[in-house]
Amino acid sequence: MTKKSTTGTVAQDESTDVEHWLHCYEQMVKIRKFEEQVNELYMKAFMPGLAHLYTGQEAVAVGVCEALRRDDYITSTHRGHGHCLAKGASIDRMFAELLGKEAGYCRGKGGSMHIADPDTGNLGANAIVGGSAGIATGAAFSSKMKGTDQVAVCFFGEGALGQGLLYEVMNMASLWKLPVIYVCENNQYNEYTHFSEALAGEVLLRAQAFGINAKSVDGQDVQQVYASMLDMVQRARQGLGPSFLECKTYRYFGHHVGDVNRAYYRSKEEELEWKTKHDPLQILIGKLLSKKLTDQSVLDQIQAGVAVEVEHGVKFALDAAYPAISEVAEDVYA
Amino acid sequence: MGAPPIRLPGLVDQGMLMTVRELTFAEAIREALAEEMRRDPSVFVVGEDVAEAGTPFKVLTGLVEEFGTTRVIDSPISEPGFTGLGVGAAMTGMRPVVDIMFGDFLGLIMDQVANQAAKVHYMSGGKLKVPIVFRTTLGATRRSAAQHSQSLHAWVSHIPGLRVVIPSTPYDAKGLMKTAIREDNPVVFFEDKMSYKLKGPVPEDDYTIPFGLADVKLVGTDITLVATSSMVQVALSAAKMLAEIGISAEVVDPRTTSPLDNQTLIDSAKKTSRAIVIDEGYQRYGVTAEIASVIADGAFYYLDAPVKRMGAMDVPVPFSPVLEDLTVPTDESVLQMAKMLCGRN
Repeated sequence: MTKKSTTGTVAQDESTDVEHWLHCYEQMVKIRKFEEQVNELYMKAFMPGLAHLYTGQEAVAVGVCEALRRDDYITSTHRGHGHCLAKGASIDRMFAELLGKEAGYCRGKGGSMHIADPDTGNLGANAIVGGSAGIATGAAFSSKMKGTDQVAVCFFGEGALGQGLLYEVMNMASLWKLPVIYVCENNQYNEYTHFSEALAGEVLLRAQAFGINAKSVDGQDVQQVYASMLDMVQRARQGLGPSFLECKTYRYFGHHVGDVNRAYYRSKEEELEWKTKHDPLQILIGKLLSKKLTDQSVLDQIQAGVAVEVEHGVKFALDAAYPAISEVAEDVYA
Repeated sequence: MGAPPIRLPGLVDQGMLMTVRELTFAEAIREALAEEMRRDPSVFVVGEDVAEAGTPFKVLTGLVEEFGTTRVIDSPISEPGFTGLGVGAAMTGMRPVVDIMFGDFLGLIMDQVANQAAKVHYMSGGKLKVPIVFRTTLGATRRSAAQHSQSLHAWVSHIPGLRVVIPSTPYDAKGLMKTAIREDNPVVFFEDKMSYKLKGPVPEDDYTIPFGLADVKLVGTDITLVATSSMVQVALSAAKMLAEIGISAEVVDPRTTSPLDNQTLIDSAKKTSRAIVIDEGYQRYGVTAEIASVIADGAFYYLDAPVKRMGAMDVPVPFSPVLEDLTVPTDESVLQMAKMLCGRN
């Protein structure tokens, strides 16, 4: 088996595909350590503005993107670092963008909430909640018109379930059988409000009302996310239309790096419960170790390798040059 | 066919001779779309009732017969949805023409236009492009009341990253539409509903008109009438009335508000020393304000009178004809303003 399945089929026995799951682990560690450093850069006032950390949700981005090809499309959100990395972005240029440097993915013009990397199919993160639903659906529309078998994934949080645009495009995607997968990351909080205070009815019924194939999974289990995605990607490539995947997950940090006093909307006990009992990295490690498919030294090695990459990335970004002043008016028009 | 070759005003500089016919404004738009769709398979049209219905204004009649429902696509009544879908398609290799039936519906699609399409190229550091055309309408006096009569081109002219086109003649409409479709930036293209039946000469040959190039519709010496879209015919009519009393008016049509051809406007005002800017958008904070400012800045020492603005009244467009007709500039009101500026009251 290759590290990453491109055939759109689920391995007969997933647990035997050790190399693939170690790769998933590495990707999740990469996101975890990347975000730790983002928080550090913020605390040390090296980073302009804010960032919305992905920590805790790693299994969603990795499980989804591992089921995609490089030329498949994704659209991301304000909490998008994990999506970009999982789709193949490099750590150093990500950090450079976060620090507003010329070497960043958007030459410093986008920042944390707008990282785009067409080379890896990333059509960009979006700072309007649900704002990229149209773009992802349009990318799927392109794919269908051009007769390619590319799939588009639209990442959004459960907060975007309140946006009308999403339902308009889900209707069209189903009507026209577009190869798009709507991935709802339900991290339970619409900024500072629990989703139960903002959401009526059942999440999946909303997609099912349009005749869209819909499923809910434990978003902390990368194997579950990956398996569901493989099925949905296969359906999309075969022309069977869109799917909707709700991934139940949890955001370890606040809405953004500055949201540190959270007691008014959620308890420390709740946070601790998720961090200790539902951690996506620990869940995968637990499975691999209990089945003796790997050992701690291999995991340590992966962690150490990622730590070096992150360290180099931060240094690269700190040393990188800011854009030339003349760039302020460039790229307004193509 | 068989028409004699003539020189068209806009083509004189290029010294081009073409075979022309009379087309209506609507026919010119349709012909531009059809030609571009034949030329480039990535061009498609999406919107409400664009296929068999050919839009309520019948601008697209016949397109679906030639290109089929895969390229002339009837959408649900979901303006933000199909606009957003168009933006995504444009970012991934297609050239959508999105039909927004009434300019008033810009209120529905503004996030997709102003926050998505307009900003993608810049935010991505120049890596992503959004070659899309949003076709929509402007203009009052159709007795359609407050939500189907506005001229909102100032809204989008305000946003960096967008091109904004406001043609006034069939010739300009066709040439500018072809440029819009070939353009790599998002373009908002406003068609005056009352001009759809306006006839004018249009070449059979392929031609385009660059953005940011104003056209002098009438040469004059005493006063400049800068007029846009629906107001060009109003200005030309006023110019005729002015000529009868010995005032020679120059009528300048910017044709695009973004980019705006500052130089031609300034040069005309320098020559005539007086200027009125006439536009059907609301006057307050409108297109007239921007253009008047450009002229006041650029021609200050040449002006014999303050630059005057004539836009739509700052009221929701009323239904009753006796009220609606009061809200937009007319040839008579332009005449009065011009006479005043020329000291002829």
